[in-house]
Amino acid sequence: MSHETDRRSTGDVGPGFMDAAEVTIREGIARYVIGFVLACLLTAASFYVLDSSLIWGPGIPVALIVLAIAQMGVHLVFFLHINTAPDNTNNVLALAFGVLIVALVIGGSLWIMDHLNENMMPMHQMMQMQR
Amino acid sequence: MSATDTPFERSSDPYRIGHGRDWVSAGGGRGYVYATGHGEGGPASKRVIVGYGFWIFLLSDIVMFSAFFAAHAVLQTATAGGPSGHELFNLWSIVAQTAFLLISSFTCGLSAVATEARNHLWTQVALLVTGLFGLAFLVLEGRDFANMVMQGAGPDRSAFLSSLFAVVGLHGLHVSAGLLWLGTMMAQVFVKGFRPDILRRLVCFNLFWHALDIIWVALFTVVYLIGLGR
Repeated sequence: MSHETDRRSTGDVGPGFMDAAEVTIREGIARYVIGFVLACLLTAASFYVLDSSLIWGPGIPVALIVLAIAQMGVHLVFFLHINTAPDNTNNVLALAFGVLIVALVIGGSLWIMDHLNENMMPMHQMMQMQR
Repeated sequence: MSATDTPFERSSDPYRIGHGRDWVSAGGGRGYVYATGHGEGGPASKRVIVGYGFWIFLLSDIVMFSAFFAAHAVLQTATAGGPSGHELFNLWSIVAQTAFLLISSFTCGLSAVATEARNHLWTQVALLVTGLFGLAFLVLEGRDFANMVMQGAGPDRSAFLSSLFAVVGLHGLHVSAGLLWLGTMMAQVFVKGFRPDILRRLVCFNLFWHALDIIWVALFTVVYLIGLGR
């Protein structure tokens, strides 16, 4: 009975697993090398964009955030092995929920605090009213 | 066979979760024999469950970090007349920290490959290199913190610096805890060998260390690179 449930397909992996896919040592190392090279390129691009005139000045923060999100994707796929394999569905769904919460917390905070700053009376005026 | 519920019709639906699997009616009404983890082929193996549980923990950890990031993003310009990031940050130190953590994440992955190959020596070597780069990262971060405090730019100077020390320090605490865990794992692999429970702990440690690097990517981008431009 148990030997039946242990027969998993090649894509049947949880996060961080490689044994189920019967990955050879060479393939396993190759996967990490690809991820490492991609991560290095994206990191170098982030540091390069910072000081170059390649991108329009006010657009640099946006470019940096896009590069960071791309690098996080590389880390998730090549280092944490979050992929589209059937038994990875649970992990991907958990990740999607995590991303939703993170986006709400960060995006919501920035949005609300930005509006508060705009709508608040400047500090020196408030001081004068308190006199 | 007029029923639409035949095995072949079901498994040919490309949008069904877990498609591409063999449908095996293996008696006892168990349905998908190979579909472990979908509740239809018997329980998933302990390794899969442990990995999934630890993944949930990591996601909750990332949610906690997001609150610190939100605080810092809001307070990044609240310098209260004190120094801003542009005056404080040492770019080359950030570059070195980023490189060290990325390399340690890479060697941590190599240790996982060595573990899969059940090679004691290379597992220990890769873990040791991971730890050394992690330690170098912590030393540089500690040096940066000390420099800032000596310049009078400690966490008590402005809201910007409070939130900076909070979010960067929280990551540093995680790295420190990870180093302790790493040392423990090296000792356990040495003493107990590749027992199933040790292998599960190694998988969890790998996930933890890679997650720390993901958080560092967000950190050096939001805190340091964007902070340098302010």
